Amino acid sequence: MSLASTVASDPPAYSKKDFASDQTVRWCPGCGDYAILSSVQRVFAKLGIPREKFVIVSGIGCSSRFPYYMNTYGFHTIHGRAPAIATGLKVARPDLSVWVVTGDGDALSIGGNHILHSMRRNVDIKVLLFNNRIYGLTKGQYSPTSEVGKKTKTSPHGSIDRPLQPISIALAAEATFVARTADVYGQHLATVLERAAAHRGSAFVEILQNCNIFNDGAFAGVTDRQTREDEKVDLIHGEPMIFGNNRDRGVRLQGLTPEVVEAGSDGVPQEELLHHDEKTTDPTLAYLLSQLEPPDFPMPMGVFRALEEETYDDAIHRQIRDASGAGPETDLDALLQEGDTWRINAETTDETV
Amino acid sequence: MNEPRVITPKREDSVVVRFAGDSGDGMQLTGTQFTTTSALLGNDFATFPDFPAEIRAPADTMPGVSAYQLQFSSTDVHTAGDSPDVLVAMNAAALKVSLPMLPAGRTIIVNIDGFGDASLSKAGYTVDPLEDGTLDGYNVIPVPLTTLTIKVLEDSPLSVRDRRRCKNFYALGIMYWLYSRPLETTEEWIRSRFKSKPDIVDANLTALSAGYAYAQASELFQVRYEVPPTPQDPGLYRNISGNKALALGLYSASVRSGLQLFFGSYPITPASDILSELARLKPQGVVTFQAEDEIAAVCSAIGASFGGSIGVTATSGPGLALKGEAIGLAVTTELPLVIVNVQRGGPSTGLPTKTEQSDLLQAMWGRNGECPMAVIAASTPGDCFATAMEAVRIALEYMTPVLLLSDGYIANGAEPWSVPSAADLPEISVQFRTDPEGFEPFLRDPETLARPWVRPGTPGLEHRIGGLAHQDGSGNVSYDPANHEQMTVLREEKIARIAKDIPPAKPFGDDSGDLLLVGWGGTYGSLHAATLAARGKGLSVSHIHLRHINPFPSNLAEVLGSFDRVLVAELNRGQLDVLLRARYLVDTLKLNKVRGQPFSVAEILAAVETALKGEKR
Repeated sequence: MSLASTVASDPPAYSKKDFASDQTVRWCPGCGDYAILSSVQRVFAKLGIPREKFVIVSGIGCSSRFPYYMNTYGFHTIHGRAPAIATGLKVARPDLSVWVVTGDGDALSIGGNHILHSMRRNVDIKVLLFNNRIYGLTKGQYSPTSEVGKKTKTSPHGSIDRPLQPISIALAAEATFVARTADVYGQHLATVLERAAAHRGSAFVEILQNCNIFNDGAFAGVTDRQTREDEKVDLIHGEPMIFGNNRDRGVRLQGLTPEVVEAGSDGVPQEELLHHDEKTTDPTLAYLLSQLEPPDFPMPMGVFRALEEETYDDAIHRQIRDASGAGPETDLDALLQEGDTWRINAETTDETV
Repeated sequence: MNEPRVITPKREDSVVVRFAGDSGDGMQLTGTQFTTTSALLGNDFATFPDFPAEIRAPADTMPGVSAYQLQFSSTDVHTAGDSPDVLVAMNAAALKVSLPMLPAGRTIIVNIDGFGDASLSKAGYTVDPLEDGTLDGYNVIPVPLTTLTIKVLEDSPLSVRDRRRCKNFYALGIMYWLYSRPLETTEEWIRSRFKSKPDIVDANLTALSAGYAYAQASELFQVRYEVPPTPQDPGLYRNISGNKALALGLYSASVRSGLQLFFGSYPITPASDILSELARLKPQGVVTFQAEDEIAAVCSAIGASFGGSIGVTATSGPGLALKGEAIGLAVTTELPLVIVNVQRGGPSTGLPTKTEQSDLLQAMWGRNGECPMAVIAASTPGDCFATAMEAVRIALEYMTPVLLLSDGYIANGAEPWSVPSAADLPEISVQFRTDPEGFEPFLRDPETLARPWVRPGTPGLEHRIGGLAHQDGSGNVSYDPANHEQMTVLREEKIARIAKDIPPAKPFGDDSGDLLLVGWGGTYGSLHAATLAARGKGLSVSHIHLRHINPFPSNLAEVLGSFDRVLVAELNRGQLDVLLRARYLVDTLKLNKVRGQPFSVAEILAAVETALKGEKR
């Protein structure tokens, strides 16, 4: 099995529409999924990967209809299991570019186990988790990322489930690429997708996505143009964490406790602010960042972690190569004849072989 | 010691030996060694490792008893034997567990050192069975095995505890003398197994030959036996277990189809050995994946099949229950997939190390929706090889999941296997679609109804498949009522058409008569032996053993209809019986057993004789 790179030496020239299938998109008008679909199509066209090398695998939920709308190979599977199916595919076919599209319920509730294990193994698959903090396709039940107190059809007195933070989960599994962006972020979304595509290993991208029917405005603070500069902070490797419409606030660490401080000419000197480091192997800092959210803190957006480590699929095929190189290749006959054997000769005398 | 006596061995045609002891006593190893030595002598044999689910249950207790039974013979052997001729009992609990299997008059070699007060009490004996008359009528040979072993190893640098552990080789030495077996095979094995531990090699070799010498010298042993070789067809043979044969069969299918084998599995008794066997085959390019759970295991195999590999997963009943939804996905997306179910006693966790055939209806119907798939069953340890190749053939040819049923008895049991030559194995042809002209993902082959298989990476054939109902041909999502019904019927018809491609059912015995014994799976040996016994008594009994269960062979109705009585024998409460009655409206008789143990030949024969006295259907 060769480890041929998915990137072609002579990249075909694609446009966005080469990646659009002939199927009518059936998401609700105004759904955040449209913007993500459009961005993925645009990014795929630019990656230099032949179209036939892409496979999009999904589970169940609104987001999981994604493969039907992409003119690539695609597999709409069963609830929560897309990472497991994608793992088998990528291990069997390391030459493919395998993407998983999933949602907060699909990945973190019914499929929690698989997402964890695909990330801790560092299988070279790209997971796009559309987080809208609600079950949309089943018409509005609270999800594992819904906030405490949320009133839905199945939580009329307010949800008492404590929500999961998707980025924290990815970091706990030590995924080698962890990032967050949002459906309306345009260029930021495209850049994060490009970086995920370029990463070799398990890439986990949380995309904050608006469900305008069942949970409209769930991330309004960090997505609305009027408020977002005050409610988010961009993660830029090596740069201090400064945010605010006037770039006058920053995040500082006191021991392991983060705090928001005045920044700018009258505030805390830049060198005292927390500087982002996506390359550090210790996931502690990234985890600490993943726990920040409004109203007390800005929500970090961008790449939390990006480490190059041997991928699972590479490791399996390395073992196969090493094992093959270790000795003469045993052919099928030799394998069949292994162990304690004896031969019966035609003259009915027998001997041990 | 006295001068060696000369005792002329008495010839026996067939002998059943049972080694029983504590889980830590090495009984599986002892039995395996006896088997290997007998195999190399040219005896036919069948084995039955009978061990607890616990790795080391508390010492000397009944749940901790581990046993290994084998039948070896100078004629054909079909089962590990109904009842032992010789029981080797290493402690009181082993005696108590095994005694009910032993008719009076049989021989018990008993380690009297395993009958101290504590051991008796842990086995639930209030009085020593060696002294209270319990064993009257048996030929009891009391041997202080532990004491003798420790004594003969006095000069060994090993601790007393380690010396005590050599007692199984002492016992094996006794048995080798009793049945005129050479020591060399086991001696070689000891040298290679403990290569890095010379003290252990020396101690085990000493114990083995001391046991042999003891039996030769002791007046306790008045007779000695020999079991001459079985006449076998010329060729190369090996001792093989079902799980090993199954792994080899899967790999052979991969070689003969030219496709990569992807095996995704989660450890579960009694199927785990298939994963470890295949994991060894990395040098041959086999990809194994130990998944995080049963669902991920089957899903990874489905992903690999989508990618153009042979996706296979193996499990046991509880795991099959978890895989149901994913198997449905493979059925509706019409991807090749092999699911191996090594059955064990159920429901729930049930009897993990004991055999049963109670997953047949789960295999047939244990999924949501109308979800037909091919179901086939292996009948003996060696047959697991051919059945595995057949499963892959059907899966690839018909683009369908195939469920292969094995069971704990044949998975762990072993028999001599005539080693095939790779060149003689059936070739499995596979054609991937590469032509974009007129391509649709659910276009069908007019003969088999199989849809085209396309490897992702093929230019111009980009397409989507999924678990939602889809249009025949295009595969586009479709909720159209007529299309859904059409696709449901097409998937059913595709499985039915496999019947054109499998051998017709052919009874062993006659094509018609008073009674047809019907079975499937791992009960083959018992049913075949019972049929031979019945025919030997002049009874009009024939036997049919089904490998293909969905679909059935196309002439099965005719075969069933040619007999006055049909007796369906299964290690469940009558699951094949349900299928036969539903499909053929045949008034069957049943023989069922769910004790975690294989059928004895005697109980089948008794059921056959009872049935013959009853009315015709």
